[in-house]
Amino acid sequence: MTALKRLQSWEGFLIAVLLFVVLVNASSSPQFLTTGNLVNLFQLSIEKAIVALAMTLVIVNAEIDLSVGSMLGLSACAFGYMHEAGLDARLAVVLCLAIGLAGGLLNGISTAWLGLPSLVVTLATMIGFRGAARVLVEDRGIGSFPGWFTDLGQKGFLGPVPFGLVAFAVLFAVFWVVLQRSGFGRKTYVIGTSREVAEYAGIDTGRHKIVLFAVSGVIAAFAGLLYAARVGAIRGDVGLGFELDIITIVLLGGVSIFGGTGSLMGTLLAVLIVLSLRNGMALQNITGHIQTGVVGLLLIGSVLAPRIRLRRPRRAGGMP
Amino acid sequence: MMIKTLSPQAIRLLALIAVLVLVLAFFASQIDNYFNARLFTRISTSVAIMAIIACAQTIVMLARQIDLSVGSITGFTAFAAGSLIAQYPGLGGVPLALYAMVIGAGFGLVNGVIVAWLRVPAIIVTLATMAIFRSLLVEFSGAKSITTASLPEWLTRFPNTVLFRVGALEFRAVVVLAVAVVVAVYLVLAFLRPARRLYAVGSNPEAAEMAGINQRLVILLAFVASGALAGLAGFIFLARFGNITVVAGLGFELKSVAAAVVGGVSINGGSGSVLGALVGAVLVDTIDQSLVRWPLVSEFWREAVLGLLILLAVAADAVLGRRLMAMRIRREREKRA
Repeated sequence: MTALKRLQSWEGFLIAVLLFVVLVNASSSPQFLTTGNLVNLFQLSIEKAIVALAMTLVIVNAEIDLSVGSMLGLSACAFGYMHEAGLDARLAVVLCLAIGLAGGLLNGISTAWLGLPSLVVTLATMIGFRGAARVLVEDRGIGSFPGWFTDLGQKGFLGPVPFGLVAFAVLFAVFWVVLQRSGFGRKTYVIGTSREVAEYAGIDTGRHKIVLFAVSGVIAAFAGLLYAARVGAIRGDVGLGFELDIITIVLLGGVSIFGGTGSLMGTLLAVLIVLSLRNGMALQNITGHIQTGVVGLLLIGSVLAPRIRLRRPRRAGGMP
Repeated sequence: MMIKTLSPQAIRLLALIAVLVLVLAFFASQIDNYFNARLFTRISTSVAIMAIIACAQTIVMLARQIDLSVGSITGFTAFAAGSLIAQYPGLGGVPLALYAMVIGAGFGLVNGVIVAWLRVPAIIVTLATMAIFRSLLVEFSGAKSITTASLPEWLTRFPNTVLFRVGALEFRAVVVLAVAVVVAVYLVLAFLRPARRLYAVGSNPEAAEMAGINQRLVILLAFVASGALAGLAGFIFLARFGNITVVAGLGFELKSVAAAVVGGVSINGGSGSVLGALVGAVLVDTIDQSLVRWPLVSEFWREAVLGLLILLAVAADAVLGRRLMAMRIRREREKRA
């Protein structure tokens, strides 16, 4: 019960931050609260928001996936490569998702069965997947995708709401049910709290981790396709550096880096905070590096705030 | 027989050097005129910066922490040193390097205080400070760049200065400096009593605390040392490239973790050495530089091969490490029986 209370107050804190950001933005720029800008706000970073959903499950499970940005790029580049080779776009979409699955399985099996730290495994595959993307497209840009494909990314799908946003909403609902209301979700928390205890409770923790990494890979590949559809062209550096932004969002949302705590609602609120913060700063002509710096300050501040308030003595140490 | 008397650390280092020799032999059989004096110069010069940053990362990793802000610190200090020397061209090399190191140490102090005293996990702190330090660089630079033209000639000549030759091999000043730094850090960590606390805290924080080690201080000093070394790397970066923009050092943080991990430094702390990280950095760079010249694959294969290699290195290390441990335990048992 106390854990639940703390979680609720954390989400309350995030809601307060969000309201503050929205109020400041709305009062300083009349453009902020227009429907066009709000759709835009989401649409321009929808890939990161979608990947953050799967990342929440991975981090709750006490693992990390640094390879998502590269997998996003690899999937987008593979789509471009297949399109250039004259493959049907529908088949290419399926093949790209299969690449995501294969990459996720590689991460999962190396972590779960070989017993390697996921930080190291996904650091290696981050470099490797990016390399594969560059092998496919070298230094070219590929574009002129079929009309129906780019329409999905650029035009309204349900009224003015683009496909990416609809996909985010659907995926959020699915992931929420899985993590917050299913046995699979409970196991994710238990393994994240203590893998040893979960083993003794008879949970196949290895298989669970492999499934989560596979999901993370497929979602990243899906986000890559979405990127290709939205921008209408791809290059070898698509998604470069996304992993750190995505992890920042998830941690800001209150998911512990040690696993076992956090919720999808927190991630959703963090997505909204980061996106409206960046959007508001962009409307004030503040550049990307400074925006990232402000998000960084917010990340440290959000972790520090409850500690300074509580001030309870604790032992140091623990994992990085 | 040999294997039984050597420590696992030494075996690891020897295995790494053996892999390096194999890689060199492979490329020599593939590329005409591969071994020449220029190969040595090229690899040694390009690895100098990463060797120092990997050394910084190793110190932090030994204490069971991680420092993702090293790339931003390198970029900031390179810029700060560049603008200082542009303003006061009469300044010498040593004060300039110290200036960069002090700024770096200051950044490291910020990381260390937040990690050690406010108990925020290092990965969160340095993920955030990575972004914050870089935006400080953007603010500080006012969107301007440092250009080679604004630097004194002695500074831009420094990386190409040949200190001494062994046969046809040229040993340039930056390379000698980098190796000297790594060896010095190695000796300090291996033989100085206070520095051994780094390993103690990294392998078992609770036991270290009970043994009376001030954990917080050790972690704080690890971050300060890491920041100072990243600052030194920033100084070399400035001298080597001359043109510094706001993206200087971007991506160094994960490259340095990769070099350290390939070099056998454990991400879980307490195990590994800066010499391993140095060999790891050399190995990664050798493959990187040699693949460009291999006619069979296009240069775009570099990263793909590198990623696969890191994964293989770590997997082999884990599997063989377990074997060796089992072997040791069996031997101990036989001895007792």
